[in-house]
Amino acid sequence: MIEVKNLFKSFEGEFVLNDVSARFEPGKCNLIIGRSGSGKTVLLKSIAGLIEVDQGEIWYDDQKFSHLNASSRQAIRKEMGVLFQGAALFDSLTVEENVLFPLDMFTHQNRKEKLDRANFCLERVKVTGSNGMFPAELSGGMKKRVAIARAIALNPKYLLCDEPNSGLDPETGIIIDNLIKELTVEFQMTTIVNSHDMNSVLEIGDKVIFIFRGCKSWEGSREEILKTDNEALNKFVFATNMAKKIKKP
Amino acid sequence: MKLFAHIGTYLLLMRRTFGQPGKHSILYRQVMREIEKVGINSFGIVVIISIFVGAVITIQVNFNIENPLLPTYLVGLTVRDSLLLEFSSTMMALILAGKVGSSIASELGMMRITEQIDALEVMGINSASYLILPKMIAAVIFFPILCLLSIIVGLFGGYLACTLGNTIPPSEYIDGIQYAFQAYYISYALTKTVFYSLIITSVSAYFGYHVKGGAVEVGKASTKAVVQSSILILLANLILTRTILG
Ligand SMILES: Nc1ncnc2c1ncn2[C@@H]1O[C@H](COP(=O)(O)OP(=O)(O)OP(=O)(O)O)[C@@H](O)[C@H]1O
Ligand SMILES: [Mg+2]
Repeated sequence: MIEVKNLFKSFEGEFVLNDVSARFEPGKCNLIIGRSGSGKTVLLKSIAGLIEVDQGEIWYDDQKFSHLNASSRQAIRKEMGVLFQGAALFDSLTVEENVLFPLDMFTHQNRKEKLDRANFCLERVKVTGSNGMFPAELSGGMKKRVAIARAIALNPKYLLCDEPNSGLDPETGIIIDNLIKELTVEFQMTTIVNSHDMNSVLEIGDKVIFIFRGCKSWEGSREEILKTDNEALNKFVFATNMAKKIKKP
Repeated sequence: MKLFAHIGTYLLLMRRTFGQPGKHSILYRQVMREIEKVGINSFGIVVIISIFVGAVITIQVNFNIENPLLPTYLVGLTVRDSLLLEFSSTMMALILAGKVGSSIASELGMMRITEQIDALEVMGINSASYLILPKMIAAVIFFPILCLLSIIVGLFGGYLACTLGNTIPPSEYIDGIQYAFQAYYISYALTKTVFYSLIITSVSAYFGYHVKGGAVEVGKASTKAVVQSSILILLANLILTRTILG
C-alpha cells in the first residue's frame, strides 16, 4: 500500500501539486490520469522520492518515506520498480545487461541463476532474441518493454510506471497494459500507472485518479468514469467527437 | 555567493561519492572499465603530443644557446627538466582535462537528462558513488602512468630531433639528460599529477552530474568542466610548486 497525504509542490511560485491525497491499494492497478502538464510525472517522481515535496507525507505501508533519511529510503527503494516516461535504459549496457543490472547489484545468485531470471523477465515482456542489442538500436516500444523487464527483475513490491504505453500503437499499448495488470495481480504489487490514454483507463483502471491543474479533481473506478458529471473529467474522457457520440445515448 | 553555493554542492557530491559504496566486485569491474576509457584511450594523444614537444624543445634550446661558451649538454638537461617539471605533469593535465574532462561531463550530463541517474537512485543505488568513484580511482591510478609515459616519449622525441635534424650529436644529448639528475623531480611530477587527476575527474563529474535541461546544457556543462578544471589545475600547480619546491 502506498499513501500520499496533502502533497504540495511548487516550481518558481506556481503550484504543480496542490493538496493531493490518495491511497493506492496492493493487487490493483491504480491509474493517475490527466492532461499533459497537469503534474502526473511530478506526482509520481515525488512518490519515488526523486522530487522533494514542499509539504505532505508519503507512506509505504507503515513507513513514512517522506521523512526517512537517504539510507533508510534505499531499503524501500530496493523493493521498488520504476518505469520512466523515457524508459531510462542504461545506454552503455546491452538489453540483457540492463535487466541483469539490478540482479548484479542486489542479489548473491550465481551467473546462471541471474541469466535465467533476466531471460524470464524479458520473455514476460515479449522481448526475445535481442539480448545483445544496445538501447539505441531498439524501437521506442521495445525500450519501454525492456525497462519494464528491468523494473520487475527483483520482484518489486511497488511498481511505478510513467506512461508505459505513450508513443506505442494501440495494440502494443494494450499488451503492455495487460502485462502490468497481470504482474500486479500475480505478485500482489502496489502499482501506480500514469497515463493520458483512455484505452488504458478502460482496460486496466481498477482505481482512477484524475489530476487537474495539480489538484485531485476526481477519483473512482473505470465503470464510474463514463457516468461522471465532473466537467473537466468529462472533457478529458470525451475529447473526441466519436467519444461524444457514445456519451449521448 | 554563487561560488560558495558551487563549492557547497561540490563538497556534498564528494561526500556522497566517498560514502557507502556498493559491492566491491562491482566497484572493481567499474574501475577496470574506466581505466580503459580514461586511461588507455588517452595513450595515443599523450604519445603524439609528447614526442613532438620533446623534439621541438630540443630544437629551440639548441637554437637559443648557439654560444660556444655554453656546454651542449645543457640541451638535454633543459629538455629533461622542462618535461619533468612542467610539461608532462601540468601541460599534460590540461590536455587531459580537455579530453577526459569533457567526456566525463557529457557522459554524466546525458545520463542525467535521460533519467538514467534517477533510475539508479530509485533502484536504491548511490549513483554518485557508482558513477564517479570508479572514474576518480581510475584516473589516480592511470594518470601518473601517462605522466611517466609522456616523460619517456618526450625524451625520445628530443633524441629523434638530434638524430634526424642537425642539432647536437645524440651522444651529447644522452649525456645531457643524465647530467645533474634530481630523482625527486619525478616524485614532484607524479604528486602533481595525482592532484590534477582528482581535480579533472571530480570537477567534470560535478558539472555533468548537476546538468538540468537538455542537450544544450550538456554541451555547456562539458565546456564549463574543461574551463574550470583547467583553471584549478593552474592554481594547484602554483600552490603545489610553492609547497614542494619551496
Ligand atoms: N523541474 C521542473 N522545474 C520547473 N517546472 C517543472 C519541473 N518539472 C515539471 N515542471 C512543471 O510542472 C508541470 C507538470 O509537469 P509534469 O511533467 O508533471 O506533467 P505531466 O502531467 O507528466 O505531463 P505529460 O503527460 O506531458 O507527461 C508542468 O507545467 C511543468 O512545466
Ligand atoms: Mg509526464
